[in-house]
Amino acid sequence: MSALATAVVSETETLFTAPGINYYAIAPILIIFGAAVVSVLVEAFVPRRARRPVQLVIVIGSVLAALAVVIDLRGTRLITGEGALAIDGPTLIMQGTLLIIALLAAFLMAERSIDPLGDAFAPRASALPGSEDEQEFTKRGYLQTEIWPFFLLALTGMLAFPAANDLLMMFVALEVMSLPLYLLAGMARRRRLLSQEAALKYFVLGAFSSAFFLYGVAMLYGFSGSVSLVAIADTLTAKPSEATLVAVGMAMLLVGLLFKVAAVPFHQWTPDVYQGAPTPITGFMAATVKIAAFGALLRVLYVGLGGMRWDWEPILWIIAALTMLVGSIIAITQTDIKRMLAYSSIAQAGFILIGVLAVSPAGLASALFYLIAYAFTTIGAFAVISMVRDASGEATHLSKWAGLSKKSPLVAAIFSLFMLALAGIPLTSGFVGKFGVFTAAIASGATWLVIIGVVASVIAAFFYVRVIVIMYFSDPTPDTASVVVPSAFTTIALAAAATVTIVLGIFPQPVIELVNQAGVFIR
Amino acid sequence: MTELMPAEGVFSLIWLLIALPLAGAVILLFGGRRTNAWGPYLGILTVGASAVIGILMLLGMMQNDPEQRTIGQTLFTWVFVGDFSADMAFQLDQLSIVFVLLITVVGTLIHIYSLGYMAHDPDKRKFFGYLNLFVAAMLLLVLANNYLLLYVGWEGVGLASYLLISFWQIKPSAAAAGKKAFIINRVGDVGLSLAIMLMFVTFGSVGFQDVFGVAGQASEGTLTAIGLLLLLAACGKSAQFPLQAWLLDAMEGPTPVSALIHAATMVTAGVYLIVRSNVIFTAAEWAAIAVIVVGMITIWMGAIIGSAKDDIKKSLAGSTMSQIGYMIMAAGLGPIGYVFAIFHLLMHGVFKAGLFLGAGSVMHGMNDNVNMRRYGALRPLMLITSTTFIICYLAIIGIPPFDGFFSKDDIIHASFERSPIIGVLAMLAAGLTGFYMTRMVAMTFFGKARWEDDVHPHESPKVMTIPLIILAIGATFGGLSLVYWGNIESWLEPVTGIETMELALPAWVFELTTLVLVIIGAVIGWMTYARREVPIEAPRGSWLTRAARKDLYGDAVNDVLVVQPTFYASRWLVWFDNKGVDGFVNGSAAFIGGLSGRLRHYQTGFIRSYALSMVGGAVLVVLALVLVRAS
Repeated sequence: MSALATAVVSETETLFTAPGINYYAIAPILIIFGAAVVSVLVEAFVPRRARRPVQLVIVIGSVLAALAVVIDLRGTRLITGEGALAIDGPTLIMQGTLLIIALLAAFLMAERSIDPLGDAFAPRASALPGSEDEQEFTKRGYLQTEIWPFFLLALTGMLAFPAANDLLMMFVALEVMSLPLYLLAGMARRRRLLSQEAALKYFVLGAFSSAFFLYGVAMLYGFSGSVSLVAIADTLTAKPSEATLVAVGMAMLLVGLLFKVAAVPFHQWTPDVYQGAPTPITGFMAATVKIAAFGALLRVLYVGLGGMRWDWEPILWIIAALTMLVGSIIAITQTDIKRMLAYSSIAQAGFILIGVLAVSPAGLASALFYLIAYAFTTIGAFAVISMVRDASGEATHLSKWAGLSKKSPLVAAIFSLFMLALAGIPLTSGFVGKFGVFTAAIASGATWLVIIGVVASVIAAFFYVRVIVIMYFSDPTPDTASVVVPSAFTTIALAAAATVTIVLGIFPQPVIELVNQAGVFIR
Repeated sequence: MTELMPAEGVFSLIWLLIALPLAGAVILLFGGRRTNAWGPYLGILTVGASAVIGILMLLGMMQNDPEQRTIGQTLFTWVFVGDFSADMAFQLDQLSIVFVLLITVVGTLIHIYSLGYMAHDPDKRKFFGYLNLFVAAMLLLVLANNYLLLYVGWEGVGLASYLLISFWQIKPSAAAAGKKAFIINRVGDVGLSLAIMLMFVTFGSVGFQDVFGVAGQASEGTLTAIGLLLLLAACGKSAQFPLQAWLLDAMEGPTPVSALIHAATMVTAGVYLIVRSNVIFTAAEWAAIAVIVVGMITIWMGAIIGSAKDDIKKSLAGSTMSQIGYMIMAAGLGPIGYVFAIFHLLMHGVFKAGLFLGAGSVMHGMNDNVNMRRYGALRPLMLITSTTFIICYLAIIGIPPFDGFFSKDDIIHASFERSPIIGVLAMLAAGLTGFYMTRMVAMTFFGKARWEDDVHPHESPKVMTIPLIILAIGATFGGLSLVYWGNIESWLEPVTGIETMELALPAWVFELTTLVLVIIGAVIGWMTYARREVPIEAPRGSWLTRAARKDLYGDAVNDVLVVQPTFYASRWLVWFDNKGVDGFVNGSAAFIGGLSGRLRHYQTGFIRSYALSMVGGAVLVVLALVLVRAS
């Protein structure tokens, strides 16, 4: 009897154990997720007048708390959640950067002084554009606070995306990140039709790419019997024969990820979405999605598919080259500054891919540095765009920037700084970033890719510098927009972005050491 | 190699020596008009404070043993790239302290003098800001403990010199002179930068201690190359042949600038560079011989130009070239000459500053006329100016006991020790010095008045005469005290090394011969320019005089050798740029622009076409991977 009991107990033990989760290691994700849940409850139960301050306290408080935990976790290297999440140096660096950028983006979203009608978001998303309801809501000065739960949920997904160590987790993170962003993109207060069109396009194409991703996951599962990146890597070394299945799965997976980083030919959503979305959201998404998606892409390529390096490298080389060239070339003829920056972000994705394709610790470190530098510069640039306005809202047509330096020398100077950084001019963060990825790629033998990268940089410099020329060497016209003086929110975000852009250009050493110490992905 | 002592006590303030005038410059130049009222005083105060610190350091250093007088202070690592590193670090030793004192003390006097001289200039504040900038850069130059930091100071003084020469840039001549000085100095600067690179390649470091410690291991060819490049740098900064042409034009700057930068301090930086690098020149004999040749040519060029110019400042500038030629030549003689080069540099800094400030004082009373042919008989009207000027004059021609006697005679002895030819040439040039300086004094203070009609000569205010008096006192007792009381030879010996002289004849023979030559020169000068009538219009003169009036055709030579070829090259490059490069660039820009216009049509705005392109891309990626995998 007793022997039987023992057998049952031991059998139970081996049959089922609680998943081993290191809650502290994933606390940043949990904090933001918890805050998102609370934020939803706030929408339901807190009176309308009090929602905005309460939401802001929740958002800023939770982001700072998560950031504190990330800093405290430095040096951690572990896999938790039954292999679902990897908390290692690169993850923590990306999570830290994401949280800081999210804080700056939250500041931009909270800005109320720029638009005389309120903030950048529609007072009620449900009201039809141009309807009487909408006018009524605007007149009453309604502010929408639903953006905050969406913001926190998207951030949850972003924090989990680069940490995801199995493909299922990665897919969940991808969707948690993307769905709120589709909604946020459609909530602009002005030019709402454009905004809603952007949201719809983003959603449809995003869902389309998710399908590719999921299909790729299924193929790889069929091949290896597991969704874990490590298990897939092991199976690849164990039986390298089943060529077609792996190749198709890998290709589908890459399509899904390359869509998110906006690589050519999966880039076409970018200009439409960047242009239509409310500018704070464009800045947020341009900076953070790039980081999160490159984090996931790096982990998939380096950890899961590292053994297939010789298969995926050639096609990614071509994609990287195309991404840089197409992004840079099309940007030249853009007349809308947001669209121009969208193409610029496509070209930048190509430059980061160069670092990824070095497939070396140096490549990883340089890509991380580039992402950090790019994120701060980008959010700063969109902060400036949100301030340059005329009677109809943001003045995004380049002709309205003519002679801006004479109206607002400081803002013109700061925007010039961001343009120079994106162009990769020395003494800005962009130069150090480009130098890093190019060096890493040359060390790995991809010299011709670097040559294309340099050519693309030259082409790209044209349209970045053209904005400076327009601002400084044209005379103001009656159409020239004016620069609105923002509240402390935007000022802080802008100052932080500009400071990081300069400091990373002049004293990059501490951050270079940080990304170098991050080491490689855990596996 | 001497050990570096940690910077303790007063020596922990080495950085402050530079920081004070630098802070002054920053406040004055960026403070704008708000600082107009008190700015000049702040400028004087910061340099004065540096002078006080410098004096305290000298006193502190004298209490230490000679082996413990080299003090190092490292602030932070300045450049760190791969194998290369350079610190923001200073080295204060017997050589640098001499320069620190010269720069800060003479600098303070000239600052004070400028208060009077520039009293009515609307840009007085800017002037003092530039002067402070110069003092800071010059101190950095002499305090740096590595060549790279020295180079920063070197460029800094070049910048300050450029800004101050063209201070009155509304005058086209002043603007052109500043530009000329800057461009000619670039040639020398290239030499210095190449020397630094060569040092890094050869020794793996640019720190003084590192380079001098291992200099002996390098091949003589390398050392000669480094030495010649350093000499090129010195020629640029110290206006030595063949880069001498800028100094005469530099007299377009305000007179205090000529005194401080173009006589007492900056132009002697070349001497400092050579003496500081003595280890290299001692090991590279041919480089040292080149130094002697350059110095000797310049001694004579300067003296001849000085004898022919009617512009009092340009005549003094010729004399400066000549005197620096003496120092450069002495520095080329090896350990025997280093000490005397510095000794003469110090003495020259004092009396030449006095002469320039005296000339400025005269100009002040003569409506800024610089033509000595319109001076004459000024002595009774400018007693203080003329007395101090004459004291400094006695010093420069080397009449005992004034200070030039000691330093110049030492150099002449040392050159005889090296070779009789060098000695004789140096000695004869001393006679020529006697001639042209007497000519200047006679034309200015004696003879008949040849003033223009509306000129009312008068003595300058006290703020200008007191610095003159102080400098004259220095010129009277400086040499005596440094030889008999200070003993400059043993003071500098740990840095420069020393060699005892073995002369074929007793020293007094040389001293007496030199003195006689000087007096002959002076008498000829006096007879020609004080006793006889000086024509207001300059006579045609001999071919040598005419050549000297044209700076011995220095500009013509530069024009033929450098300027014209550069013009032709630039014209050709412009042509090539317009036709070749621009054609290519504009062509590719047009191509890419067209491509861009074409590509953007694929951005239709229709979601279905976007999805189609994604599918197309996905199919290609899948196919590519399958093909790669299958192959």
